[in-house]
Amino acid sequence: MAWAMDGVRERELVRLVREDCGSCHGLTLKGGLGPPLLPETLQDKPEQYVVLTILHGHPGTPMPPWSPFMNETEAAWIASRLKAGFPDR
Amino acid sequence: MRVQVRNALIIPALAALMLAGCSAVPLRGTGDLGLVIEREAGKVQVVDTSARKSLGEVAGLGDLSHASIVYSRDARYAFVFGRDGGLSKVDLLTGSLVKRVMQAGNSIGGAISQDGRLVVAQNYEPGGVKAFDAETLELMADIPASYGTEGKRSRVVGLADLPGRRFAYALFDAGEIWVADLSDPKKPLVTKYPNIGKEPYDGLVTPDGRHYLAGLFGEDGVALLDLWHPEQGARKILEGYGKGQEKLPVYKMPHLRGWSVAGRHAYLPAVGRHEVLVVDTETWKETGRIPVKGQPVFVMARPDGRQVWINFAFPDNGWVQVLDTATGKLVQTLEPGQGVMHMEFTPRGESVWVSSRNTNRVIVYDTETFREQAVLPVPAPSGIFFTHRAARIGF
Repeated sequence: MAWAMDGVRERELVRLVREDCGSCHGLTLKGGLGPPLLPETLQDKPEQYVVLTILHGHPGTPMPPWSPFMNETEAAWIASRLKAGFPDR
Repeated sequence: MRVQVRNALIIPALAALMLAGCSAVPLRGTGDLGLVIEREAGKVQVVDTSARKSLGEVAGLGDLSHASIVYSRDARYAFVFGRDGGLSKVDLLTGSLVKRVMQAGNSIGGAISQDGRLVVAQNYEPGGVKAFDAETLELMADIPASYGTEGKRSRVVGLADLPGRRFAYALFDAGEIWVADLSDPKKPLVTKYPNIGKEPYDGLVTPDGRHYLAGLFGEDGVALLDLWHPEQGARKILEGYGKGQEKLPVYKMPHLRGWSVAGRHAYLPAVGRHEVLVVDTETWKETGRIPVKGQPVFVMARPDGRQVWINFAFPDNGWVQVLDTATGKLVQTLEPGQGVMHMEFTPRGESVWVSSRNTNRVIVYDTETFREQAVLPVPAPSGIFFTHRAARIGF
């Protein structure tokens, strides 16, 4: 799959996930007020579900929409990396 | 110490040397010391707020991506609560890790009893609180936050120490406030206040130890419990402060502690709104709201109550604003650097230390002139905790 992203943006997104998603899901993504985002906890969630949750949030829960800060390609990149094991930096 | 004394005449001189030389630091008090969390490295830096410099670091504290600290009543030891459930006891004078236990799978913070004997951790997984002997970190009490009929366990938030070896906390998943009396840790007495509102996210006790407040995420309002009149139960204040408007998406939960109270008023973050809510603590009615640059995370009164400093959730976390409580007006907007995580006032408030995670710096500001007094390089700093917390209820 071809991603229309460069390494700089990838590093920004890794930081965003670790730091800002990490506010609720933990820097190590093992969960907090939000659920864990580890490969084993996401394995039964379809990738597209993860993409949509990132972009549009999860109504009825504290999960906010991140579409103001990323496009669909970037959300898909995050979802696939989360399912595979997210990079440290 | 391997010193052989051969001449009685040099004994007094040697004794003085030994006193000074035994520890890594000379004899000193801890009143102007504190710790800064390095959230990614699992370390803390010991800092001196008089010299405005770092004295060294203590490593091996685990996952500190969400960490908080309380102090022993002699203000020598810090109890560091890590995200991974680690509870570490750090000696500020020797700059060393004294003891460390893993007490839970996922933890969010803690408190220390009025008499300093019990350190209590609040946990997400397994949901509940645990009390430890402050001397040995031996487990003294384990109170699962079980609720409902199926024995589900709630995540615990907003733990606060109350006078009389009691602790108040809120159950995020259950919408309850619990007050645990640990006078006898073997027989904890828990009083439960159900139906206090939807999804309490954090809590605070007022500096006089009388009122416990739990901020609600799932609805507009704050639950209030008068601990002098617990028989009256919890009631809701600031109900419907959003005035029916849909709240903005929240990218970081606000944090509450006793610092919210400045004089007669409490300054509280409005959830999902770019506002600080002002409440009269005599009547518990809203007396005003102040529009600010983003969604407040920490709304902290300077110790004298004249100023309130505010930082914000992503994407506005590069800003800090200062409110003058006498006029109710914002008097300063600062840009300390991206990722402002926390602020801490020196004991009497002439300076404030601000952590900027993304720029790897802690900036010290003069709170009167707003000039930078010092910049300390700290890798990914987050929480800043000074020892004056040792002597304050709710810290």
